[in-house]
This record gives sequence, structure tokens and C-alpha cells, in this order.
Amino acid sequence: MPASPSLRGTSKGKKLMTERLIKLGLLASSGIAVLVTIGIVFSLVVESVRFFSEVSFFDFMFGLEWNPQTAMRSDQVGSSGAFGAVPLLAGTILISAIALLVAGPLGIYSAVYLSEYASARRRAIVKPTLEVLAGVPTVVYGFFAAIVIAPLLRDAGAAIGLEIASESALAAGLVMGVMIIPLVSSISDDVISAVPASLREGSIGLGATKSETIRKVVLPAALPGIAGGMMLAASRAVGETMIVVMAAGLAANLTINPLEAVTTVTVQIVMLLTGDQEFDSAKTLAAFALGLALFVITLLFNMVGNWFVNRYREAYD
Amino acid sequence: MTDTNKTSLTRESLPGLNRRYRAERRFHLVGKMAVAFSLAFLTFLIGSIVYQGIGAFFQTEVRLEVPQEMIAEHGDDGFTLLRQSMLHNLPDAKGRSARREAYKMAGEGSDIELLSAIADQQTQAAVVTVWIPVSDDIDMAYKSDFAPDMLGSFSDRQKGWLDTWVADDRLRMSFNTGFLVNGDSRDPERAGIGGALMGSIFTLVVCLVLSFVIGILAAIYLEEFAPKNKLTAFLEVNINNLATVPSIIFGLLGLAVFLNTFGLPRSSALVGGMVLSLMTLPTIIIASRVALQSVPPSIREAALGLGATHIQAVFHHVLPLALPGMLTGTILGMARALGETAPLLMIGMVAFIADPPSSFMDPTSALPVQVYLWADSPERAFAEKTSGAIIVLLLFLFVMNLTAIILRKKLEKKW
Repeated sequence: MPASPSLRGTSKGKKLMTERLIKLGLLASSGIAVLVTIGIVFSLVVESVRFFSEVSFFDFMFGLEWNPQTAMRSDQVGSSGAFGAVPLLAGTILISAIALLVAGPLGIYSAVYLSEYASARRRAIVKPTLEVLAGVPTVVYGFFAAIVIAPLLRDAGAAIGLEIASESALAAGLVMGVMIIPLVSSISDDVISAVPASLREGSIGLGATKSETIRKVVLPAALPGIAGGMMLAASRAVGETMIVVMAAGLAANLTINPLEAVTTVTVQIVMLLTGDQEFDSAKTLAAFALGLALFVITLLFNMVGNWFVNRYREAYD
Repeated sequence: MTDTNKTSLTRESLPGLNRRYRAERRFHLVGKMAVAFSLAFLTFLIGSIVYQGIGAFFQTEVRLEVPQEMIAEHGDDGFTLLRQSMLHNLPDAKGRSARREAYKMAGEGSDIELLSAIADQQTQAAVVTVWIPVSDDIDMAYKSDFAPDMLGSFSDRQKGWLDTWVADDRLRMSFNTGFLVNGDSRDPERAGIGGALMGSIFTLVVCLVLSFVIGILAAIYLEEFAPKNKLTAFLEVNINNLATVPSIIFGLLGLAVFLNTFGLPRSSALVGGMVLSLMTLPTIIIASRVALQSVPPSIREAALGLGATHIQAVFHHVLPLALPGMLTGTILGMARALGETAPLLMIGMVAFIADPPSSFMDPTSALPVQVYLWADSPERAFAEKTSGAIIVLLLFLFVMNLTAIILRKKLEKKW
């Protein structure tokens, strides 16, 4: 360390001490991030282990019935409740799939349009406006899905003779899809811009039209990155809570029909924990087991998604 | 681009060229429609919420004429005075059922408004004219311009009275300050977002203090001091992963650790702020690191060259230059925290709480949670309140984001 000649030995020593302390404080601050992760994993695992001492792991993972209503007295019928998570996972997958079916094409086409066709001025206006969709609180989407979109779908279905539940997976999935559009579109935009110009120029030089270039050269080249982006979007959809709490069903229902009401992992976590009950019942512990499942699934999606996106970036760097 | 060589390549000489051009136009159109769909959805979303919620900021009032002798008789009893003045102002309110119907036309809590309106006027005139809020049913009906489906809950007698009020021009709309000031209530006409707003502010203050300080220090460490080794790489992966953990998981962490292990008060702004700060921390760290990276190394090197220690160089020279970027990131993080609901539900912020919090330990609500609670209420009038609360929430978010953008534009330095 350079020191000015006027510094006395002692004050310099003191200063170095202070500096060491400051550095320690800085290190501690970044350590908090690790602590949070440890805290999440630890609390989820500990409560889940307690849950699995009451309900078998096998029943939880493969059970087809979810009915956490434990009875007040142990001698009542059905006092144990049923904790099969399959209907919840199926519901989560159904709603997320609908969301991705909406967000995928719309997001990718928006990105293509904005990065390849739109003028710089239009892009400068439209892009931030699209981002607004990502900034709207999810509770607002949930309200909108429940109050506006769901009745709209129900009436539209009734008009053509279809029976659509007022808490259908379709309504929640559609609105969730719109929420994810900016995520898909901004990742796709990055990925598409990263495709080297030489590929594009080669294609156009051979006489391909712009859309042919995009469809047959740019998008295939960008595919790994876009796939990674879709994984990240899937992680968002699976972990989304408020939209499904307000617009999806509460009762477990094992179906793949998007017109029916299904429930999701996040909905059940909220349902299990927002009522009044003691903390140690299997009911509340089940919420932590679901939380652990959710954490692991989203982590996997994110890791695979990021791996794809990064690998793709390296390939063209 | 497409009409490259006009001499030899013509539309006629290339088979299928028209078809390919049509495909080109179609593709362009599909892209345009994708963007248009998103923008249309956004417009529809905001439009329908504003349309439904703008009424929450207004309250329908009726003009009552209260004789001076009635005030003299019941002046200390607002409840009776209100009932007597309603009878006085509604023709033929005779008989028990008619009287009950007459009382129902005044809003809940209008007795207090009546007393304060009379006290404000200080007049000795024989008849005092005051404006008081009407019941939420009349309010909804008046706002919908007496749409037929809003009139279902009224009796024929009440409909008749309403007609005379309208004919006499006795109804008006006034700004509903109560909506912004009052706490939550079971009666829609008295329910306001004041309590939830205070709760959100308290929560955000805790969140801001924690995540700003920790986030910036962590970013400084990672960007300026961390040695390039496996531990640092692990820290980075960790923070990036934390940024994508679903928010509800942070709520579970708060429930298990802050409430059950540390025993902090349930549904308090303190715990809410702590949970939200854990959630926003990664965002702020990432934004702050970008801000630090954008400060050119020459600043650092000049300070070091003049004899500053590494810490001095960073805190005296680099940090001030990176601060605007960090602030922008922090505001955006706070905006996200303001709209977040799920983790707050986990730590018990779903209880019905009428009073605004007076300390960080008090049980409180928050604006998005209030939206969630009202959205669940069966009364029709709460749908309007919900949309009104959403408008306020969106306004706050808009202002925060705008501040961040302006800040970035104003303080941004090009090196």
C-alpha cells in the first residue's frame, strides 16, 4: 500500500486496522447472501424432514389424492388427510404450459419484430412499454384474471356451448403468459442480436428474403439461447403465486383439461399457511415440503436455462 | 435488398417469388401483431382497472336540510340527528318499514360527517343545509347512472325517493378523501387504503435500509476486493440463483426463521421489510456491481497513484461516481418490493387490520395485500375499492420507475 511520507507509524497502523475492519464488514455483507441460501435450504429441509416422519415420502411424491384437511379428533374418519402431491404438480404443469404457449410465440415474435423489423424510434417506444407488463404487480394480474378474463372466457364458452369453469386453468394460464412475455422477449432479443451478422449477410447474399433469413438462419442459430430463455420463463411460471391464488382453483383436481379448475403447488402453500392453526400439524409442515419441491424444481430450471443461455453466448463470442 | 439485380432477375423469371414476398409480408405482420397484442392487453388491463376503480376516489353525497330546532334537540347525538333528518328530508316516511328504509339511505358513519358539517357551518339560519355521504348501494347506482342491474336491492319506495332526489338535484359527487386516509373496514363506504399505505411505507423503509446498505457493501466487496477464487465464484453463482428463487420461498424462510425461530412479531412491518429485503438484495447487488463496473479504472488508479489506500480510493472516488447507478437499481428493487404480495401472506399479513401501524412491531397490512383481501370480498362495492387501491399502487410504481429513469438520465456520465 502506498502511504504518504507525513503519516506517522502509529496512525498508519490504526488506519490499516480500520481498513481491515471495513474489509471484514464488506465480506460479511456478501456473506449474507450465502446465509440466505443456507437459511432457505435449511428451513425447508428441516420442516420437510419432520413432515416426512408423519407422511411417507412415497405417498407424497406419487399419491394421487390431495386433501390436507386433517380432522380435529384423531378418531374421526379420514383424520390423517391425504398428501399426494401429484394433482398439484399436474395443475402447476398445466397452467405453466398454457402460460408458455402464450408467452413463447408472442415473446419470440415480438423480439424478432423489434430487433429485425422495427425502426429505431418505434423500438425505443415499444420496448419499454412492453417492459411495463413485467412491472405490473402479480396481484393486479390475479385480480384482472379473476374479475375480467375468467368471466369473459366463461361467457365466450357458454356462447359456443362449452362449459368453462370460472376458475379455469385457461384464464390463469393466459394472464400468466402475458406477464411472462417481456421475459421471453428480452432474452430472445439478446440472443437474436448476438447471432453474428455474417450469418445473416450470407443468407441475404444468397437471395433469401428477410423472413427466410430469420426463420431458416437466425432462429435456428439462436435456438439454444431461446430454449434456455424458455426454461427461465418456465421457472417463473412455476413459482408464480398471486395469479393462481386469485384465479385458479383451490381444490385438487387431476385433469389435463384446461377448461376445468386445477390447483397448483403455490396455491396450496398459501392455503395451508394462511389459516389459523398450530405450526406443528402435518398441514403446515406439508407447505414446507411443497416449498422444497418448488425450490428444487425452479432451481433446476434456472440452472439448465442459464447453462443453455451462457453456452450459447460463448459459442458466438 | 430484394430487387438486387434488375436486368436478369424479375418476378417473372423467378418462380415462386410472389409467394415468397407474400410470406415475407405475412411474417412481418405476425411480428407486428404479436407486439400489438401485448400492447392491447396492457391497454385493456389498465383501462378496465381505471374504469372500474376511478369511482373509488369519489363519493356520492346527498343534500340534507336540517331544521335548527332539530339540531338543538339532538345536537349531541349524531345517530338520532341523522335518523331524524333523513325522515325530515324524505316525504311520507311513515311506518316502521318506511322509516327503516329511509335510515338505510344514509351511508355508514354519515352521522359523524353530519355533526362535523353542522359544526363547520356555525350558522343560526332556521334550516341548515349539509351534504352527507349516501349508502354504498346508492353510491354504486348513482355512479352507474342508475343502471337497471344496480337497482335490484332497492324497494319501490326507495326508488321513488331516489327519483325525487335526482329531480331536486340533491345528489352530487365529491372527492373521497376517506378512501386515501381511512383504515380498512367491513363497510365498503368507510374502507380506505390509509392503513395499508402506511403499512407499505413502514415495510419499505425497513426493506430499503437493510437491502441498500447490505447490497451496496456486498457489491463493493465482490467488485473491488474479492480475490478471484472458488469462494468468490460460489458467492456469485449464489447471488444470481437467489435472484430467481420464487418470492413465496422467501416468505417460507421468513416464517420458519424470523417468526418461529427468532420469535419476531407476526404480520409486523419489521418482518415484512426483512423478508422483502432478502428478496430484493440480489437485484440491488447485481445493479450495484454494474454501476461499479461502469466507473473507469483510471479513477481508481489516479487515487491509488496519489497515495490513497485501496479503501480510500473506493469509498472517496469510485463509490460517489457509481452511486447514481446504485440508486437507480435500488429504486427499481423497491418498486418490485412494493408490489410483492406472496411472501407477506406467508408471514401473516392477511389479517383484518383497521388501524394504521404506529410502530415497526405493530401488525399491519400492505397495499398489495389489501388488494388481495378486497378482491376476495363478496360485496360489490369492494370491487370498486380494489380497483381504486390498484390505481394508487400503480401510481406509486409509476412514480418510482419514472424517478429511476430520470435519475439515470440526469446523473449518467459518459466516460
